[in-house]
Formats: sequence, C-alpha cells, structure tokens
Amino acid sequence: MRLFWEAIKGLGITGKHLIVNLWKFSLYYVGLSRDKGVVTIEYPEERRETFPRVRLRHRLLRREDGRVRCVACFMCATACPSQCIYIEAEEDPEHPLEKRPKQFLIDLGKCAYCGFCVEACPEDALRMDVHIPELAEYERENLIYDIEKLTKE
Amino acid sequence: MVWVVIKVVVIFTWALVTVLYITLLERKESALIQDRIGANRAEVLGLRLNGLFQPFADALKMFFKEDYTPPFVDRPFYLAAPLLALIFALVPVGAIPVADSLNLGGKEFSLSVIGSNVGVVLVLSLLSLGIYGVILGGYGSKNKYGLVGGMRATAQVISYEVALGLSLVGVLLVFPSLNLNEIVHMQNRYVLGGWVPLWGIILQPLAAALFLIAGMAENKRVPFDLPEGESEIIGYFLEYSGMKFGMFFVADFVEVLLLAGLFTTFFLGGYNPPYLFQDGFHFPWGGTWLLSPVWIRLIQFITFNIKLWIMVWFLLLIRWTYPRYRFDQLMDLGWKSLIPLSIFNIIITSGVMAVIK
Repeated sequence: MRLFWEAIKGLGITGKHLIVNLWKFSLYYVGLSRDKGVVTIEYPEERRETFPRVRLRHRLLRREDGRVRCVACFMCATACPSQCIYIEAEEDPEHPLEKRPKQFLIDLGKCAYCGFCVEACPEDALRMDVHIPELAEYERENLIYDIEKLTKE
Repeated sequence: MVWVVIKVVVIFTWALVTVLYITLLERKESALIQDRIGANRAEVLGLRLNGLFQPFADALKMFFKEDYTPPFVDRPFYLAAPLLALIFALVPVGAIPVADSLNLGGKEFSLSVIGSNVGVVLVLSLLSLGIYGVILGGYGSKNKYGLVGGMRATAQVISYEVALGLSLVGVLLVFPSLNLNEIVHMQNRYVLGGWVPLWGIILQPLAAALFLIAGMAENKRVPFDLPEGESEIIGYFLEYSGMKFGMFFVADFVEVLLLAGLFTTFFLGGYNPPYLFQDGFHFPWGGTWLLSPVWIRLIQFITFNIKLWIMVWFLLLIRWTYPRYRFDQLMDLGWKSLIPLSIFNIIITSGVMAVIK
C-alpha cells in the first residue's frame, strides 16, 4: 500500500513537470513570456553565452594606422608547446629599423589553446578573444590561418 | 458495399493519423517531462508550428530507409511477422464505436467498421492473436536475443490476457451486452438527480484499474517492456529494419490507441458526452438543446476523440514515469494480484447484482 502511494506520487512529479513546462513554454512560444521553462538551447539560432576568459581562436590586432602590431619577435613561436606558430620576418620598408611578419601562420589543427602565446606577446598583438567556437573544416589546410584570416574580426 | 468501403477508408485513415500524432505526443510529452522541448524542426513551406509536421517526416524517413533482410532468417515467418502484428492491432480498432449508429431511411448504419454483436469477444480474441506477430518475429529472425524477446512476450501476454478478460467480466455483468455500441448506450444513464453519469469507471472502479494495468502489459510498453528490454536484449524486432521495423513500431502505437479507445468505450461512457441523448442535450438543471442526428454524430465523434486523447495522455504519462518491472515481479503482479483481484471483483459485482435483482 505504501508502494502504491509512492507510485501515485511519482505520477504527480512527472505530471507537475509536464504541466509547468507546458504552461511556461506555451507562453514563451506565443511571445508572452521570456522564460522558456525548459533547459534546451536551440543551438544554431541560440547560443550559450561564452565566458569572458574563454580561450578560443586567435586574433591578430592592428595598430591605429592599420599595420599589424606584431613585430615578429618570435616570442609566441618559442612559447608555443605544440609548435603550431610559424613566423617569417622581414624589414618594414616604410618604417626603417622595424621588423614585421612577412608570414604569420597558426595551425589551429595543432594548437592546444593553452594561451601561452598570448601571455608571451610583448606587443599585445595576439589575443584569443574571438568568441566563436565553430572551427570545423573539411580540409586540414583550411585550419592553417594566415595574417588575413587572423586579423579578420 | 460502397458504405463499407467509405467506412473502412475513413476510420482507418483516422486511426493512422491519430497514431502518427500519438508518436508526436509521445515525443513532446516525454520532452516536457524531462525539461526538454522535443522535435520541432520539421518544416513545410517555412512553417514549423513547433513540430506539427514531424510525424509525416518520420513516416517518410521510415519508408525510404534501407530494408535489409539478414541472410540467415526464416523468410516466411520473418516476412509475415510485422504484417501480422500490424493487422491484429489495426483490425480491433475497427470494432470500437466512434459514434452512434445512423438511421437512414429506416435502416441502421453502424459508424464503426465492424458493427458486430459480439464486439467484446472479437476485440479480445484479436488482441490475443496479436502475439503471433511478436512470436514469429522473434522465432523467424533466428536470433537468440530476438527469440528471448519473443518468449518473454508470450509469457507476459498469456498471463495478462487472463486478467484482462476477467476484469471485463465485471463490466459485462453491469452492462449485460457483448455489443460495444450497446455498452456505450447503457452507460448513458444518470443518477443522483440526473447529475452523475453511470459510467463504467463509477460502477466498476476496480475493474477499470485492472483493465488499465493488464492492457498496458498487453501493450508491451514501459513499465512492462520486457519483450523489448531495450537496454539488454533489444527484443523481438532485433533483426528488422526499414519499414518492417516501422510496422512493429506502428503496431505498438496502434495498440496504445486501441487500449485508450477500449478504456473509453468500457469505462468513460464511450462517445457520449454527459447529458447527450438520442435527440439532443437534456441538462439536469432543466435546459434542453435539441440537435439533428448528424450533428449529434459529429459531437459524439469529437467527444470520443477528446476522451481518447486524455486516455492516451495518461498512458504516456505512465510510460514516462515508471521504470521496468523485473520478470518475476511481472509474473507476481499478474498471477498473484491482478487475477485474484479481478475474481474478487466478479464475486462482489455478481453478489450486488443478485441483491439488486
């Protein structure tokens, strides 16, 4: 008899979830309420908010005059534990005595997203604050990002 | 003849569309119970309507899936099993009265496909034949897990058949007819100043509970899904794919519809809403609202659907609340609780009926 009562209580619990969620979601669906009631995040349309300190894809910053901040000092490439950064330096023809990267490649397929390169950068040229987690590609080559791709917001 | 064809087409289309939407209700209801949303991506012409077209997408997918027949199966049995399961689930649906019979030019036209005088017996016998699909599916696929599933289903359905039949005996004592339509008619009486309808669930509450439990066990769904046993033996349809599996799947849901329809017919006053009589509504507070026979049939059909969906909703709530029984617990429940209780119910009911007579 006690078990019978427990069974009825179980029906009550699931029934309560059903009714409450139905009510809340119906209000949300017709636009009367902001509270969805359910925990589902409908991914392509809705995203979970990323945390401010999350480490995702790299971004190269530019100076005010539009030049890349990077001075090709190789600090990031040295700090990188997975050796995924490849830099080729050259002299800046317009500003003598200044170096600039001729080529700056990051292989995101190798990258471990540890953030050491960001820590190492003396010029604050490299950050990992692009809050886009999608990096899927059909070709491995597409995951090697050059200056063009890295400076794009 | 034309009339029969129209009835068959209309009733079975209605049944299959209802079954499709039962699958949608199952997905949506389980989702909401578990704090999810459920399928809502199916889109027709840019209209989503929160998944209202999902069942049709599912059905289409089922048709176009690869239908693979393993080389080692016993072909005749293997091919016959899903058909048998589906047919023996669908045919009894035709016996359920969805509206009162229509009187056209002095002749009675039954609105259910099988307007039989022995509807109860017919439904019970077809229900027990439905097990052949399951056994043959398990046996014909020559798979040990499938066979175990089939044997479990046999044991389960045979033991619960007894309780199912015996629980209906009480109902048949109170409403002395084997015609389902007649049983519905006899429930349309009122007591206590005409307020309370004498539905089966009020006269036979114990039989209603027993019928519901035994019916769910016949249904082979959670909490009685040992023949399937998804987590350990997959069950009797292990070797089936594509539309053959789809037929087993649909048969499952047709049985849900059948159980809900039978429960409505036997215990919830069938297609009659409260206070509806042959010529219209007669309310206990004195009002009357006379209607033409066709309107009454329409109201009855809608009422039947509403009651049916409430029952389906309740069955699905049970299905998504309880975990599965162990096999010995299942047998204990069937033989040691349900059958003695239904015999007790028969004795009490016949005693009371004898005293009243």
